[in-house]
Amino acid sequence: MSLALFIVAGGLATVGGIGVVTTRNVVYAALFLLLTLLAMAGVFLLVLAEFLALVQILIYGGAVVMVLIFAIMLTRTREFPRISDNPQWLLGAVAAVAVFGVLAAGFLIDRPDAPMPERAVFTLGSLGNALFTQWALPFEIASLVLLVALIGAIIIARPGGRE
Amino acid sequence: MIELYHLQLLSAILFALGVYGVLARKSAILILMSIELMLNAVNINMIGAAIFLDPNQIAGQVLAIFIITVAAAEVGLALAILLRLFRNRVTVNVDEIDIMKW
Repeated sequence: MSLALFIVAGGLATVGGIGVVTTRNVVYAALFLLLTLLAMAGVFLLVLAEFLALVQILIYGGAVVMVLIFAIMLTRTREFPRISDNPQWLLGAVAAVAVFGVLAAGFLIDRPDAPMPERAVFTLGSLGNALFTQWALPFEIASLVLLVALIGAIIIARPGGRE
Repeated sequence: MIELYHLQLLSAILFALGVYGVLARKSAILILMSIELMLNAVNINMIGAAIFLDPNQIAGQVLAIFIITVAAAEVGLALAILLRLFRNRVTVNVDEIDIMKW
Protein backbone atom coordinates (compact mmCIF):
# COMPACT_ATOMS: atom_id res chain seq x y z
CA MET A 1 0.00 0.00 0.00
CA SER A 2 2.64 2.49 1.06
CA LEU A 3 4.76 1.36 -1.87
CA ALA A 4 1.93 2.15 -4.29
CA LEU A 5 1.53 5.60 -2.75
CA PHE A 6 5.29 6.08 -2.94
CA ILE A 7 5.27 5.19 -6.64
CA VAL A 8 2.49 7.72 -7.24
CA ALA A 9 4.28 10.47 -5.33
CA GLY A 10 7.68 9.62 -6.81
CA GLY A 11 6.17 9.49 -10.30
CA LEU A 12 4.60 12.91 -9.82
CA ALA A 13 7.94 14.27 -8.59
CA THR A 14 9.71 12.80 -11.63
CA VAL A 15 7.10 14.18 -14.05
CA GLY A 16 7.47 17.60 -12.43
CA GLY A 17 11.27 17.38 -12.64
CA ILE A 18 11.13 16.48 -16.33
CA GLY A 19 8.74 19.38 -16.84
CA VAL A 20 11.12 21.81 -15.11
CA VAL A 21 14.01 20.94 -17.40
CA THR A 22 12.11 20.59 -20.68
CA THR A 23 9.23 23.06 -20.86
CA ARG A 24 9.61 26.15 -23.06
CA ASN A 25 7.59 28.37 -20.75
CA VAL A 26 9.25 29.80 -17.62
CA VAL A 27 5.99 30.08 -15.70
CA TYR A 28 5.11 26.45 -16.45
CA ALA A 29 8.57 25.48 -15.25
CA ALA A 30 7.89 27.20 -11.92
CA LEU A 31 4.56 25.36 -11.60
CA PHE A 32 6.22 22.04 -12.47
CA LEU A 33 8.78 22.76 -9.77
CA LEU A 34 5.91 23.34 -7.33
CA LEU A 35 4.45 19.95 -8.34
CA THR A 36 7.79 18.26 -7.69
CA LEU A 37 8.25 19.92 -4.32
CA LEU A 38 4.75 19.04 -3.12
CA ALA A 39 5.09 15.44 -4.34
CA MET A 40 8.35 15.36 -2.40
CA ALA A 41 6.49 16.46 0.72
CA GLY A 42 4.21 13.47 0.13
CA VAL A 43 7.25 11.18 -0.04
CA PHE A 44 8.50 12.62 3.25
CA LEU A 45 5.11 11.91 4.81
CA LEU A 46 5.25 8.30 3.58
CA VAL A 47 8.62 7.72 5.25
CA LEU A 48 7.34 9.14 8.55
CA ALA A 49 9.21 12.46 8.40
CA GLU A 50 6.10 14.55 9.05
CA PHE A 51 7.91 17.64 10.31
CA LEU A 52 10.13 17.77 7.23
CA ALA A 53 7.04 17.39 5.03
CA LEU A 54 5.48 20.46 6.67
CA VAL A 55 8.72 22.42 6.40
CA GLN A 56 8.95 21.39 2.75
CA ILE A 57 5.44 22.66 1.97
CA LEU A 58 5.92 25.90 3.92
CA ILE A 59 9.39 26.90 2.77
CA TYR A 60 9.70 25.31 -0.67
CA GLY A 61 6.06 25.25 -1.76
CA GLY A 62 5.35 28.65 -0.27
CA ALA A 63 8.42 30.83 -0.13
CA VAL A 64 10.90 29.50 -2.69
CA VAL A 65 8.45 29.06 -5.57
CA MET A 66 6.94 32.45 -4.73
CA VAL A 67 10.36 34.10 -4.92
CA LEU A 68 11.10 32.32 -8.21
CA ILE A 69 7.81 33.57 -9.69
CA PHE A 70 8.71 37.07 -8.50
CA ALA A 71 12.04 36.70 -10.28
CA ILE A 72 10.22 35.68 -13.47
CA MET A 73 7.83 38.63 -13.21
CA LEU A 74 10.55 41.19 -12.51
CA THR A 75 12.88 40.09 -15.32
CA ARG A 76 10.43 40.13 -18.21
CA THR A 77 11.85 40.72 -21.65
CA ARG A 78 10.16 40.92 -25.02
CA GLU A 79 10.48 37.21 -25.73
CA PHE A 80 8.94 36.47 -22.33
CA PRO A 81 8.04 33.79 -21.42
CA ARG A 82 9.46 31.66 -24.23
CA ILE A 83 13.01 30.45 -23.89
CA SER A 84 15.40 28.28 -25.80
CA ASP A 85 18.08 25.87 -24.65
CA ASN A 86 21.85 25.96 -24.97
CA PRO A 87 23.34 24.26 -28.01
CA GLN A 88 25.25 22.09 -25.54
CA TRP A 89 22.06 20.43 -24.28
CA LEU A 90 23.09 17.07 -25.76
CA LEU A 91 26.31 17.16 -23.76
CA GLY A 92 24.25 18.04 -20.70
CA ALA A 93 22.02 15.03 -21.33
CA VAL A 94 25.04 12.74 -21.57
CA ALA A 95 26.43 14.16 -18.32
CA ALA A 96 23.06 13.74 -16.59
CA VAL A 97 22.73 10.12 -17.72
CA ALA A 98 26.28 9.46 -16.54
CA VAL A 99 25.54 11.01 -13.13
CA PHE A 100 22.38 8.96 -12.85
CA GLY A 101 24.21 5.78 -13.85
CA VAL A 102 26.93 6.24 -11.26
CA LEU A 103 24.49 7.15 -8.48
CA ALA A 104 22.03 4.35 -9.28
CA ALA A 105 24.82 1.77 -9.56
CA GLY A 106 26.23 2.86 -6.23
CA PHE A 107 22.85 2.72 -4.55
CA LEU A 108 21.86 -0.64 -6.05
CA ILE A 109 25.15 -2.47 -5.53
CA ASP A 110 25.51 -1.68 -1.84
CA ARG A 111 21.95 -2.11 -0.59
CA PRO A 112 21.79 -2.03 3.21
CA ASP A 113 19.39 -4.54 4.69
CA ALA A 114 17.34 -2.07 6.71
CA PRO A 115 13.56 -2.48 6.67
CA MET A 116 11.28 0.50 6.95
CA PRO A 117 10.51 1.15 10.62
CA GLU A 118 6.89 0.56 11.59
CA ARG A 119 6.57 3.87 13.40
CA ALA A 120 8.77 6.89 13.91
CA VAL A 121 11.29 6.58 16.73
CA PHE A 122 11.92 10.31 16.94
CA THR A 123 9.42 12.81 18.23
CA LEU A 124 9.21 16.47 17.33
CA GLY A 125 10.51 17.16 20.81
CA SER A 126 13.62 15.04 20.38
CA LEU A 127 14.26 16.67 17.01
CA GLY A 128 14.08 20.14 18.55
CA ASN A 129 16.17 18.98 21.47
CA ALA A 130 18.92 17.73 19.17
CA LEU A 131 18.74 20.95 17.15
CA PHE A 132 19.40 23.10 20.23
CA THR A 133 21.94 20.89 22.03
CA GLN A 134 24.01 18.67 19.76
CA TRP A 135 23.54 20.86 16.67
CA ALA A 136 23.43 24.24 18.41
CA LEU A 137 26.55 25.68 16.75
CA PRO A 138 25.53 24.73 13.16
CA PHE A 139 22.08 26.08 13.98
CA GLU A 140 23.50 29.46 15.01
CA ILE A 141 25.70 29.52 11.92
CA ALA A 142 22.67 28.78 9.76
CA SER A 143 20.83 31.72 11.29
CA LEU A 144 23.87 33.91 10.64
CA VAL A 145 23.93 32.70 7.02
CA LEU A 146 20.28 33.68 6.65
CA LEU A 147 20.91 37.11 8.17
CA VAL A 148 23.92 37.79 5.95
CA ALA A 149 22.02 36.60 2.86
CA LEU A 150 19.12 38.89 3.77
CA ILE A 151 21.33 41.95 4.23
CA GLY A 152 23.33 41.09 1.12
CA ALA A 153 20.18 40.74 -0.94
CA ILE A 154 18.93 44.13 0.21
CA ILE A 155 22.25 45.81 -0.59
CA ILE A 156 22.58 44.15 -4.01
CA ALA A 157 19.01 44.82 -5.12
CA ARG A 158 18.87 48.39 -3.74
CA PRO A 159 18.23 50.94 -6.46
CA GLY A 160 20.95 53.47 -7.19
CA GLY A 161 24.57 52.94 -6.23
CA ARG A 162 27.36 52.58 -8.76
CA GLU A 163 25.99 51.35 -12.08
CA MET B 1 6.88 -1.82 1.64
CA ILE B 2 9.16 1.11 0.82
CA GLU B 3 12.83 0.20 0.74
CA LEU B 4 15.73 2.57 1.19
CA TYR B 5 16.91 2.10 -2.40
CA HIS B 6 13.54 3.30 -3.73
CA LEU B 7 14.20 6.64 -2.10
CA GLN B 8 17.78 6.66 -3.32
CA LEU B 9 16.72 5.92 -6.89
CA LEU B 10 14.17 8.76 -6.78
CA SER B 11 16.89 11.03 -5.47
CA ALA B 12 19.28 9.92 -8.24
CA ILE B 13 16.63 10.61 -10.90
CA LEU B 14 15.91 14.10 -9.59
CA PHE B 15 19.60 14.91 -9.17
CA ALA B 16 20.33 13.84 -12.75
CA LEU B 17 17.42 15.95 -14.01
CA GLY B 18 18.86 18.89 -12.09
CA VAL B 19 22.30 18.33 -13.64
CA TYR B 20 20.73 18.29 -17.09
CA GLY B 21 18.79 21.47 -16.35
CA VAL B 22 21.87 23.34 -15.12
CA LEU B 23 23.87 22.36 -18.20
CA ALA B 24 21.19 22.72 -20.87
CA ARG B 25 19.16 25.77 -19.86
CA LYS B 26 19.91 29.32 -20.91
CA SER B 27 17.76 31.34 -18.54
CA ALA B 28 19.37 32.00 -15.16
CA ILE B 29 16.00 31.50 -13.46
CA LEU B 30 15.63 28.02 -14.94
CA ILE B 31 19.16 27.14 -13.85
CA LEU B 32 18.19 28.25 -10.35
CA MET B 33 15.14 25.96 -10.45
CA SER B 34 17.34 23.05 -11.51
CA ILE B 35 19.63 23.74 -8.55
CA GLU B 36 16.59 23.62 -6.28
CA LEU B 37 15.77 20.24 -7.82
CA MET B 38 19.23 18.95 -6.95
CA LEU B 39 19.08 20.27 -3.38
CA ASN B 40 15.77 18.51 -2.94
CA ALA B 41 17.18 15.26 -4.27
CA VAL B 42 19.85 15.47 -1.58
CA ASN B 43 17.14 16.08 1.01
CA ILE B 44 15.33 12.86 0.08
CA ASN B 45 18.58 10.98 0.49
CA MET B 46 19.26 12.54 3.90
CA ILE B 47 15.79 11.78 5.20
CA GLY B 48 15.86 8.24 3.83
CA ALA B 49 19.17 7.56 5.53
CA ALA B 50 17.91 9.12 8.76
CA ILE B 51 14.70 7.11 8.91
CA PHE B 52 16.05 3.76 7.74
CA LEU B 53 19.59 3.61 9.09
CA ASP B 54 19.92 5.89 12.10
CA PRO B 55 18.56 4.40 15.34
CA ASN B 56 17.67 7.89 16.60
CA GLN B 57 16.38 9.10 13.20
CA ILE B 58 17.58 12.62 14.07
CA ALA B 59 20.89 13.56 12.42
CA GLY B 60 19.80 13.23 8.79
CA GLN B 61 16.66 15.24 9.40
CA VAL B 62 18.63 18.03 11.05
CA LEU B 63 20.96 18.11 8.06
CA ALA B 64 17.93 18.29 5.75
CA ILE B 65 16.67 21.28 7.74
CA PHE B 66 20.04 22.99 7.25
CA ILE B 67 19.93 22.26 3.50
CA ILE B 68 16.48 23.83 3.30
CA THR B 69 17.80 26.88 5.18
CA VAL B 70 20.71 27.30 2.80
CA ALA B 71 18.41 26.82 -0.20
CA ALA B 72 16.12 29.57 1.05
CA ALA B 73 19.06 31.95 1.57
CA GLU B 74 20.39 31.05 -1.87
CA VAL B 75 17.09 31.78 -3.62
CA GLY B 76 16.77 35.15 -1.89
CA LEU B 77 20.28 36.18 -2.85
CA ALA B 78 19.83 34.91 -6.39
CA LEU B 79 16.69 37.01 -6.81
CA ALA B 80 18.65 40.09 -5.77
CA ILE B 81 21.52 39.29 -8.14
CA LEU B 82 19.13 38.61 -11.02
CA LEU B 83 17.33 41.91 -10.42
CA ARG B 84 20.59 43.86 -10.40
CA LEU B 85 21.77 42.01 -13.48
CA PHE B 86 18.52 42.62 -15.28
CA ARG B 87 18.70 46.32 -14.45
CA ASN B 88 22.23 46.54 -15.87
CA ARG B 89 22.06 44.22 -18.87
CA VAL B 90 18.29 43.71 -19.56
CA THR B 91 18.79 39.96 -19.89
CA VAL B 92 18.88 36.83 -17.77
CA ASN B 93 20.41 34.75 -20.55
CA VAL B 94 23.59 33.28 -19.11
CA ASP B 95 25.26 33.30 -22.54
CA GLU B 96 25.11 37.09 -22.67
CA ILE B 97 26.41 37.54 -19.12
CA ASP B 98 30.12 37.47 -19.87
CA ILE B 99 31.42 40.64 -18.21
CA MET B 100 33.17 38.63 -15.48
CA LYS B 101 34.85 36.28 -17.93
CA TRP B 102 38.32 37.80 -17.81
